[in-house]
Amino acid sequence: MARALINIPRAAKRGDVIEIKALISHPMETGYRHDETGKGIPRDIINRFVCLYNGVEVFRADLFPAISANPFLSFHTVATESGVIALAWTGDDGETYTQLANITVE
Amino acid sequence: MARLVRSVSFALVAAIVPVLAAVSAGEIPESERRSDYHLMSPQTRAMQDDETANPGTLWVLDGEALWEQKAGSAQRSCADCHQDARQSMKGVAARYPAFDAARGRPVDLEQRINICRAEKQKAPELAPESKELVALTTYVATQSRGMPIAIATEGMEKFIAAGRELFERRSGQLNLSCSQCHDDNWGRLLAGNVVPQAHPVGYPLYRLEWQGVGSLQRRLRNCMIGLRAEPYAYGSPENVALELYLMYRARGLPMETPAVRP
Repeated sequence: MARALINIPRAAKRGDVIEIKALISHPMETGYRHDETGKGIPRDIINRFVCLYNGVEVFRADLFPAISANPFLSFHTVATESGVIALAWTGDDGETYTQLANITVE
Repeated sequence: MARLVRSVSFALVAAIVPVLAAVSAGEIPESERRSDYHLMSPQTRAMQDDETANPGTLWVLDGEALWEQKAGSAQRSCADCHQDARQSMKGVAARYPAFDAARGRPVDLEQRINICRAEKQKAPELAPESKELVALTTYVATQSRGMPIAIATEGMEKFIAAGRELFERRSGQLNLSCSQCHDDNWGRLLAGNVVPQAHPVGYPLYRLEWQGVGSLQRRLRNCMIGLRAEPYAYGSPENVALELYLMYRARGLPMETPAVRP
């Protein structure tokens, strides 16, 4: 099943401000809800999101239970050099998912 | 004093008469028919329009993967018969619910997918509102994005009339019909919200309240619960008739699947 939609420009001019958008498929279960039998549904959210540009952290976010399902993150950075932009997010299960995108800077 | 009471009650009656006159306005004329997209905030509209921000896209991608996936004892995928959905499913959702000759009644898109599963793939039917069924329906329906809704009316008059009868019938503890809000009072305020015309142009759609994609029948059931009426079961003839009438009522409007609604 689809995990995330990443939108990063493939090419940019040096010094350009670029927008990075990520839409992640996730239930973001708050931990405050109960099922039909009254049993608590355990919390299951993405709690951390990091963006690395050629290994350098350019954006980081901590996420909390109030954030809706399928979180959408959008932020800006400056295109400095060609390389790889890595988006990584960590869930309550401790697993980290990473998606990579290449960018060419002229 | 008596005169005062009389004049007050006269004023009340005078105030009520225009309201009564507004009732039974009937079907919305074509020139005024429009998608509820226009009632949404600019932010929600932007979310729907940008494919990479529209969370419905996640369901489209899931559906695309399921389309290729072999299922059932026949070990056949949707693509094995229908090939590329971008070609073969173009405009299909704009024609549904459609008449099924073998059953002698209209079936909606979800039922059509399940009929295909049972008869061609020899696979168990997918449960209503299951992630798989919603994803497949969304994938099929999004191929009609931008195309006008065009229900085939031939031989369907009886079912459209039945749907219309349900749409106009008062029900529930609030004793309201769909028509009283969506035909007679669209554009006016109900508890701070604009009453929409309720055209099902974007189903299955991502509803922010659901935090997920759901079918038109899920939405209809929500509405019935709002009326404090007993909702019709998924796939029941009543729900399909309502769906059919709503699509007939929205004829000509372009499809928006996967739409985003608050």
